[in-house]
Amino acid sequence: MSPETKPRTLLAEVFWNLLLGLGMLLGIWFVFHAIKYNWHWESLWKWRWLILRGWGATVVVSALALIVSVPLGLLLMFGQRSRWIPVRLACRGCVELVRGTPLLVLLLIGYYGVANALGIAKPWLPGVCLLALFHSSYLSEIFRGAWESIGASQLEAARAVGFNQQQTWRFVIFPQAFRRALPGTAGQMVSLIKDSSLLSVIGVEELTQMVRAANAQAYTALEGFIPLAVLYILLTIPLSWWTRRIEERYKFET
Amino acid sequence: MHIQVSQLVKRYGSHVALDGASFEVPADVDCLVLLGASGSGKSTLLRVLGSLLTPDSGSIHINGTALGWTDEAMLRQRRGNGFVFQSFNLFPHLSAEENVALPLREVHDINARVALHQAHETLEKFGLAEHVKKRPAEMSGGQQQRVALARAIAPKPGLLLLDEPTSALDPVMTQEVLDLILRLAEDGQRTVLSTHEITFARKVADWVVFLDHGVVVESAPASQFFDQPGTDLARHFLESLTRYR
Repeated sequence: MSPETKPRTLLAEVFWNLLLGLGMLLGIWFVFHAIKYNWHWESLWKWRWLILRGWGATVVVSALALIVSVPLGLLLMFGQRSRWIPVRLACRGCVELVRGTPLLVLLLIGYYGVANALGIAKPWLPGVCLLALFHSSYLSEIFRGAWESIGASQLEAARAVGFNQQQTWRFVIFPQAFRRALPGTAGQMVSLIKDSSLLSVIGVEELTQMVRAANAQAYTALEGFIPLAVLYILLTIPLSWWTRRIEERYKFET
Repeated sequence: MHIQVSQLVKRYGSHVALDGASFEVPADVDCLVLLGASGSGKSTLLRVLGSLLTPDSGSIHINGTALGWTDEAMLRQRRGNGFVFQSFNLFPHLSAEENVALPLREVHDINARVALHQAHETLEKFGLAEHVKKRPAEMSGGQQQRVALARAIAPKPGLLLLDEPTSALDPVMTQEVLDLILRLAEDGQRTVLSTHEITFARKVADWVVFLDHGVVVESAPASQFFDQPGTDLARHFLESLTRYR
């Protein structure tokens, strides 16, 4: 990009952002105008701490599940590539089963079945584990795709310069696969945060659950749902933005 | 270097790439050139000679020592060789200097500062001083291949193996790369080269091994091979390569 065109494209970007933002606001205004909604923000305001507590719980639960899901995804990926047949089959089966089941069903069976049998009463622990397991099986496929996309010529080059297996992984495959896995992983992380809302069905007191509670107390509906959407977006947009920054930093042509 | 290859066989599934190749190269040869049509087994032979591939059967002796085919032996043997491939095969996520310095550091246990210094020295010698910080995608094919050559030569390999190093380059870039290879050969670098650049082969080769369908048809001193090829096959091959040159 030449220095001359830079400010002009920036201006254009600001202009279009404003215009599109305005269009969106108009759309929202039209929807609420059409349904003639009677707003009672003041009755919900009393329950704001309840909602914020739920938001805090969502942040903690999502962060824990994220931290668990990445190494678990890697483990499932390596398991699927293992030379031992039982390990390979077990990991493959786990990924297929988990990916083939709706998260809602997984949560219901996992909490009322498995956690019950293990005598775990608190819902947040099985909730975090199931959320992490669900997303790690998607992550493992994203990682596997990235890993296997490193071509035979790169592996040959690694052997040619004298790298052993570990050095090949560390210096050749991992850095290139990491870059290729980033966009998919970022999307999966955003999904994980949004999916944490499903933990409300097993009674985890996270954001969605707390907004419903506040709505019930305050006899409101949309007054709760709009902050609900905004509070999720406050988590997901910065995450997307941050991963884009990382993508930029590790950009290289192949 | 004295090379003795006997009854080398290498199959890929049902395809036989080397079908009992045998030849012997005397000790005073520094530059061995492998010739033959595409699919004749040149690349496979080069890779087996360099311990990148395991043969299905047969044996290779270099300077009287048999090559081993266990993973450890092949790794050790490979670490004494340098390779350059047709499609450069640089690491795309690393700059030119890192492509050269990383193997020096990690494989040859040279400390980081010295490795970087050696990398710069080699790249400068190859006319790449202003490109050391560039990634492969930011360089031309000729520049990339020169970086690949630098990467192969920086650890001072006992044997340099070049697999059609100019087949993916245009004539100008081809010349850049061939100039360097000639310089290395003149400095006494022991080299095995597979190529279709027949004029260059004639200039640089001490010995020629000519292959067809995985079998060695001729193994002869370069001057003898080019002036009086011993078989019709070799004569036709040379004629077809020189017809439009």
